[in-house]
Amino acid sequence: MTPTLALFWAFSAVAVGSALLCITRKSPVASALWLVVTLFQIAALFVILDAQFIAVLQVIVYAGAIMVLFLFVIMLLNLGRAGPSDIKGPVGLAVATLLAGAVGLQLFILVRASPSHDLILPAGTLAGAEQTQGMVGLVARPLFGEYLVPFEITSVLLLAAIVGAVVLAKRQL
Amino acid sequence: MILLGPALFVSALIFTLGVAGVLIRRNAIVIFMCVELMLNAVNLTFVALAQSLGIGGQIFVFFVMAVAAAEAAVGLAIVLAVYRHRATLNLQRINLLKG
Repeated sequence: MTPTLALFWAFSAVAVGSALLCITRKSPVASALWLVVTLFQIAALFVILDAQFIAVLQVIVYAGAIMVLFLFVIMLLNLGRAGPSDIKGPVGLAVATLLAGAVGLQLFILVRASPSHDLILPAGTLAGAEQTQGMVGLVARPLFGEYLVPFEITSVLLLAAIVGAVVLAKRQL
Repeated sequence: MILLGPALFVSALIFTLGVAGVLIRRNAIVIFMCVELMLNAVNLTFVALAQSLGIGGQIFVFFVMAVAAAEAAVGLAIVLAVYRHRATLNLQRINLLKG
């Protein structure tokens, strides 16, 4: 086992463990903080998978902005202290485990399928492009070229989200 | 380093945990966080496949993040409005769309 692979499994183990803690903690604040741990571990996995720019985005946007929004709302609603558990009773738990197990089983069958050989790029294509364009350029060039229209539509989506959030959260317009 | 198999395995595991979280919890905010967990598992799949199928996967992670941010903003605004109205976040007790 190479050191990189060992690191990969270490980060994965922490990610899965903290995800498990995130869905089982009673207090929403504890859940949110464990989710932040998971997000950081996934950012580390992105670095191992040669997506450094996406890893930085993950830390800034997800762990930084989105989770702060979650914590803000939790604090605003004063949900910090752990009340009665909101985890479902034995029947609900059994049904949920069964359904999640079925989904998981299907995913693990899918994982075994590998992409078609015609689609796989020759080894070293991305590394070569990274050498000439840099890590950010590699993502930015297609984003402002091939994917320009979806990118512009994203800005409209974000505007709609801002307007929607203000309209919904304001007591009186 | 190309780690397609292990990355897809971890991503499937985290996605399953997200599904389990959505199904076992009753608190609306925690269910939201579990949805974020699922989106992250999908991002991991995109990045793992981008290594062998081209950079498009990483671009899609960018779009998924934008949609997740929009979803979090609107969803939490809805949570705030519902809490103001019903004074609870238990989804078992929020079962009417009319006020």
